[in-house]
Amino acid sequence: MALAKLKSDTTEARLAGVTLPTGAAWANAARADAMARVREMGLPTKRDEYWKYTDPTTLTDAAAGKAALFHNDEAALFDAVDRVRVVFVDGVFDAEASDDLAAEGLEIERLADAMAADIHWAKDIYGVLEARGQKPVPRTLAALNTAMATDGVVIRATAKAAKPVNLIYLHRDETSDAVLHNLVKVEAGAEVTLLETGPAAARFSKLLEVDVADGGTFHHVRAQGRDHERRAVTHCFARIAAESTFKSFTLTFNGVLTRNECVLEIIGDDATAHVAGICVGDGKDFHHDDTVFITHDAVNCESRQVFKKVLRNGATGVFQGKILVKEGAQKTDGYQISQSLLLDDDSQFLAKPELEIYADDVACSHGSTSGAIDETALFYLRSRGVSHDDARNLLTLSFLAEALEEIADESLAEDLRDRLEGWLARHR
Amino acid sequence: MAALDDVEVKEGVDQETVDAVKELSGAYKYGWETDIEMEYAPKGVNPDIVRLISSKNKEPQWMTDWRLSAFERWEKIEEPTWAMVEYPDIDFQDIYYYARPKSMEEKPKSLDDVDPKLLATYEKLGIPLKEQMILAGVEGAEDAPAEGRKVAVDAVFDSVSVGTTFQKELEKAGVIFCSISEAIEKHPELVKKYLGTVVPPSDNFYATLNSAVFSDGSFVYIPPGVRCPMELSTYFRINAENTGQFERTLIIADKGSYVSYLEGCTAPKRDTAQLHAAVVEIIIEEDAEVKYSTVQNWYPGDENGNGGIYNFVTKRADCRGDRSKVMWTQVETGSAVTWKYPSCILRGDDSQGEFYSIAIANNMQQADTGTKMVHLGKNTKSRIVSKGISAGKAQNTYRGLVSMHPKAKSSRNYTQCDSLLIGDKCGAHTVPYIEVKNNSSRVEHEATTSKVDDDQLFYCRSRGMDEEEAVALVVNGFCKDVLQALPMEFAMEAQALVAISLEGSVG
Repeated sequence: MALAKLKSDTTEARLAGVTLPTGAAWANAARADAMARVREMGLPTKRDEYWKYTDPTTLTDAAAGKAALFHNDEAALFDAVDRVRVVFVDGVFDAEASDDLAAEGLEIERLADAMAADIHWAKDIYGVLEARGQKPVPRTLAALNTAMATDGVVIRATAKAAKPVNLIYLHRDETSDAVLHNLVKVEAGAEVTLLETGPAAARFSKLLEVDVADGGTFHHVRAQGRDHERRAVTHCFARIAAESTFKSFTLTFNGVLTRNECVLEIIGDDATAHVAGICVGDGKDFHHDDTVFITHDAVNCESRQVFKKVLRNGATGVFQGKILVKEGAQKTDGYQISQSLLLDDDSQFLAKPELEIYADDVACSHGSTSGAIDETALFYLRSRGVSHDDARNLLTLSFLAEALEEIADESLAEDLRDRLEGWLARHR
Repeated sequence: MAALDDVEVKEGVDQETVDAVKELSGAYKYGWETDIEMEYAPKGVNPDIVRLISSKNKEPQWMTDWRLSAFERWEKIEEPTWAMVEYPDIDFQDIYYYARPKSMEEKPKSLDDVDPKLLATYEKLGIPLKEQMILAGVEGAEDAPAEGRKVAVDAVFDSVSVGTTFQKELEKAGVIFCSISEAIEKHPELVKKYLGTVVPPSDNFYATLNSAVFSDGSFVYIPPGVRCPMELSTYFRINAENTGQFERTLIIADKGSYVSYLEGCTAPKRDTAQLHAAVVEIIIEEDAEVKYSTVQNWYPGDENGNGGIYNFVTKRADCRGDRSKVMWTQVETGSAVTWKYPSCILRGDDSQGEFYSIAIANNMQQADTGTKMVHLGKNTKSRIVSKGISAGKAQNTYRGLVSMHPKAKSSRNYTQCDSLLIGDKCGAHTVPYIEVKNNSSRVEHEATTSKVDDDQLFYCRSRGMDEEEAVALVVNGFCKDVLQALPMEFAMEAQALVAISLEGSVG
């Protein structure tokens, strides 16, 4: 009990003097509710089982740590794709740099505008999906985001969107502390692709709530960080209805600390939910954490989790994945794989792949492996005249292939593959 | 067994499996009680009770002090809540911590002096304490020598050890097998050297409580180079009501020695739950090997979840020497609530740890069990095979840790956990922790049934079997191997499990 008291004291101390942003009545209520959740659950500490492998201290500290700006002359990712660009600089919307917020089949608005409107569909999603995802483990940083966020976008797909929406997060201030909250509502039968790119800020808290109606399709492809010192905690809360499809892929390059949480709730029959991720990390101060929680609460649904990590020079990769199959969620097909490739002896992989199953007619499986590059395969390639480094990179890419295949759009996958090759070539 | 009779079994789970589970978790055969005059320490636990237990066992001062410091620590720590089990709060002051048959006041000199009622109790349980051969000819005994096999038994009744058989014969080989209270008295140097070195008194809530109040248990010492001439066994019986059983087992396998140790347990049917918090410590030196097998059949409670044993046990083996080896095999069918993780510390280079478990939970039973494999030495190997079966409204959780430390170069782990649900009101859960801190080690964790050996599968398929049959045969064959690794005496009980196929199972 002493621990609980300590936690509540620390939380109160951190929240002292914090004032909530204001907007329409419903928005104020949603923020106040979220702040109440933060106080009730308390901010996370290293002692929480849920944060066993990742120290949240730098995420909960009052001020953000410094992150040097990173410059390179590479072309922006997905530059060849016809898309609606929505640009944020250190977490603030930049209208000048952004495209016209319009495309056929889409309604795009700034979060601030939506939160100021007395009547808005966002009321039924903002903080609602996040609150649903707070059990059985508290995700306090998500509630804090809901309480404090003022910027972001709200997107409603009413039909098959003419082009994807690309949220571009630029970083220009070495100590920026950005909070963004995005909403996506996919109406019945509609379809949209959301792209997210860029390092965003020195410290970045980002939350995405996605509501996919019956027969809707949501694709999400994200590339985070890039030889960068930023710290990030991101959450994705999705509610997935009957016969709909949700697919999310994340590629993470270097970054000091990244915690990506993905909380999916499948509520309609015959739905599909896939989450995949690749992280490549180099260096002792690289720490990457994928935490996934998928709840099956409907019949005949499929979920897949595919996570691959390449770690070197003392990098740390964490995977916590859980499939919960509720009573009555029969014919569930749940698959989960988490694998790491340790390129040297100092790197580490920490995993907790969990299953919690209350239905008997299901096929759920999980696998997790960790090890070095296969010496036999390496030898084979060398004997065919491939240089050691090339052979290693080739084998690394083939190790990552299963995760890249989770991206439905091949041109997007190709772009990310190029970036991966570039990273491997630079980090020999 | 109402819960299982009207359950609709899903397609793919064969009736044999259901029957086998029924048979095993059906009417509890050991639910009777021995009417015997008992002597109790007052209810509750406090330093005086700790001193009383210590004095009843005629312990030296260092032992009493050891217990008291453990008690002091216990008072400051909280009961763990992380396991996926739910039970009403335990009132630790409403339990008898010491109960022994009146007739045991003076330790019997030999088994001939033991109260016949006690001997009859073990006779009824099928554990004859009279030194006798176990007849060959029982199923699974083919590999036993023609004249029969001997098993030395230490029988623990509530808080005290009733007697140990074959002590003389074991002595000839240099093996010490006795109750721990006797060991503290006769071999204090060994006890002092090893007790609490694997499971320190500060280890966890129940181990700390056990360190303060353990009343008896078994002690085994196998001298260097000795292959223990017979299997050793401890049989635990809880008889008295409202009594907790806290036994402590200490096994030391010195350099190059070998021992196979069996453990069995039962308790009467009662409406109120009873606590069993044991500690088992195993120390394995260079080139030594220990096999530890358990058939745990404590009273599981009735189908509404009344009564039963809370089995909160800490078991750990420390492979200290190079090339040492430990094998845990457990068949868990009893107990209302199980909280048990037999673990291996693989400290010596090239040491090996194995964990084979079959856990069956039926009706309102809850089991949270698994293992920890902590790889510290180079070239260490571990293997985990866990089969969990849930029926009725039971919850069955596998919880395990595989940890490869930075110095455990070129180590290897293979883990396979399979779960099977019978009926749609039960739950099966898997909570593995995998921590890999060097890259020359390989860790594989699987929780699928399809991953049986492809070559074997192919062979079966090429002989005309369909996939299901082939998988069943391969997996059954594998299961059989594990069960046959159990010593004969347990194999009888465990063989009923062989019928269980893994069709329709989930990870």
